[in-house]
Amino acid sequence: MSGALVSLRGLRVSLPNRAGKPLFGPAPLIEIVRGVDLDIARGGALGLVGESGSGKTTIGRTLVGLIKPSAGDYTYDGVDAGRMDEVAFRPLRSRIQMIFQDPQSSLNPRLTLGTTLVRPLAASGRLANDAARRRRAGELLQIVGLPVEFLSRYPHELSGGQRQRIGIARALALEPEFIVADEIVSGLDVSTQAQILLLLRRLRAEFHLTLMFISHDLSVVRALCDQVAVLSAGEIVEKGATEAVFASPQHPYTRELLESVPLPDVEAGWIMAGTVATV
Amino acid sequence: MNAPVLEIADLHVALASASVPVPLLRGVSLTIAPGEVRGLVGESGAGKSMIGRSIFGLLPGGARITRGRILFDGADLAALADAERRDLLGSRIALVPQDPMTSLNPVKRIGDQIGVILRVKLKMARDAARARALELLAEVAIREPARVIDLYPHELSGGMRQRILIAMAFACTPRLVIADEPTTALDVTVQRQVLRLIHDLQHRHGAAVLFVTHNFGLVAKLCQSVTVLYAGRVVEDGATANVLASPREPYTQALLAATPRFDRPADALVPLDRSVTDTLLSDARAYDAAHAEAYR
Repeated sequence: MSGALVSLRGLRVSLPNRAGKPLFGPAPLIEIVRGVDLDIARGGALGLVGESGSGKTTIGRTLVGLIKPSAGDYTYDGVDAGRMDEVAFRPLRSRIQMIFQDPQSSLNPRLTLGTTLVRPLAASGRLANDAARRRRAGELLQIVGLPVEFLSRYPHELSGGQRQRIGIARALALEPEFIVADEIVSGLDVSTQAQILLLLRRLRAEFHLTLMFISHDLSVVRALCDQVAVLSAGEIVEKGATEAVFASPQHPYTRELLESVPLPDVEAGWIMAGTVATV
Repeated sequence: MNAPVLEIADLHVALASASVPVPLLRGVSLTIAPGEVRGLVGESGAGKSMIGRSIFGLLPGGARITRGRILFDGADLAALADAERRDLLGSRIALVPQDPMTSLNPVKRIGDQIGVILRVKLKMARDAARARALELLAEVAIREPARVIDLYPHELSGGMRQRILIAMAFACTPRLVIADEPTTALDVTVQRQVLRLIHDLQHRHGAAVLFVTHNFGLVAKLCQSVTVLYAGRVVEDGATANVLASPREPYTQALLAATPRFDRPADALVPLDRSVTDTLLSDARAYDAAHAEAYR
């Protein structure tokens, strides 16, 4: 696809298997991502779903340049991002941002939120002075629906939803075009989750963002993503328009995932239709 | 109807360490019949865990029951001596905790952790306890009980650990099981299996279950009845089918509308209207003002 901002072809990623590390010598490699083809159109929102260990997060970390592919191609906006070294990748860092799963542990507890937001602005060298950077940090808070007074607060003073908003504000600081969001609503209450989803939907439209939304929750993906890819054991088993895939899943694994979601409708047979695998 | 297994009546819990008591539960009442599975739904801070903690006598420092009672099989739990209460807990009333990763002792083998319950609560001999532990592991569909019984928790996946915790909860054929968000950390397919296990064991042992969750989906699939909690008060309760199909209260309606569903278009998602919760909060404050004596 030519209009794709992000394009993966035959992507393979191997990571050291720490559990299998001998006493001396390096840990053996284990292949986590096994030949993934994926395109995300500019301005699109792709939901990457799968269960723990399926390789979702590894793909996300590869896209933001935290991990290098072991084989295959990662093309970002027409350039070969998968084979870039650290220095060559640097210009992409401000264009590609990641929002992490756990807002509690991804914010430095000793820094005020103002400092957390000002740092990337200072490092990028875009804004000349501290006053301008503080102004921009205040603006970012407003964008994500938090009062400016939060600049002087610390992470522990915030609720889970507020912390996740800070995570989003930090990701937006350098005006990225592509955001990888990894399970960012999974720890939240229903009402907070809905607010964050709607915030992301609004920001996506307002800033013309391209989004990869990693989640194990298919219902959340439906609420945000126009495209979906289903990952199982490092391979994509099904992908397409979210509505179409969820309405008529073609792969048995996708069907199993969808059937496992407990929708809030009373359905007497649901629990008995499930089997308990012996483990 | 049979006499309830659990009857919570007008339960008030307050944090009494402050100069003005801080209300945590504001007159909660709910009952569970023998063998009934009741969902307890609420967002964080609603007081769900406080109810479980009140039953177990494990309220956090400074918090205490200021009014109301908790009857278990007709006996007032608060009036029991500590020793009597300890006898009930873990055997007649059991807990399936939220986090399978931190709820097992990391330095004890699985068999020892199940065995200690059987030996202390049922006075089983060591050999008998081990044999029963093997049976319990088989009951929660663990393939090789004889191997797993000698493993340590870190050698097991999250789903396996949750199965072990379920086996431990049902070890003494409890009358009542409190399941505190037991599937939040699990994948959907694993979650479905854990629900089926709880359902099967609950039937086999004739236990009643109080299933604490923030997910209406789990309530829909597992629970016959549901209590919706907000700000330490019961907002709505009734048969699950009725509450989900035609919720009476605006808060319940709003929570359901804020729950995303993979079978509905994205714009079906409606964020919670703040005026709904604001009303509930001002109701709660009005209640506190009118019932100040209930928190002393």
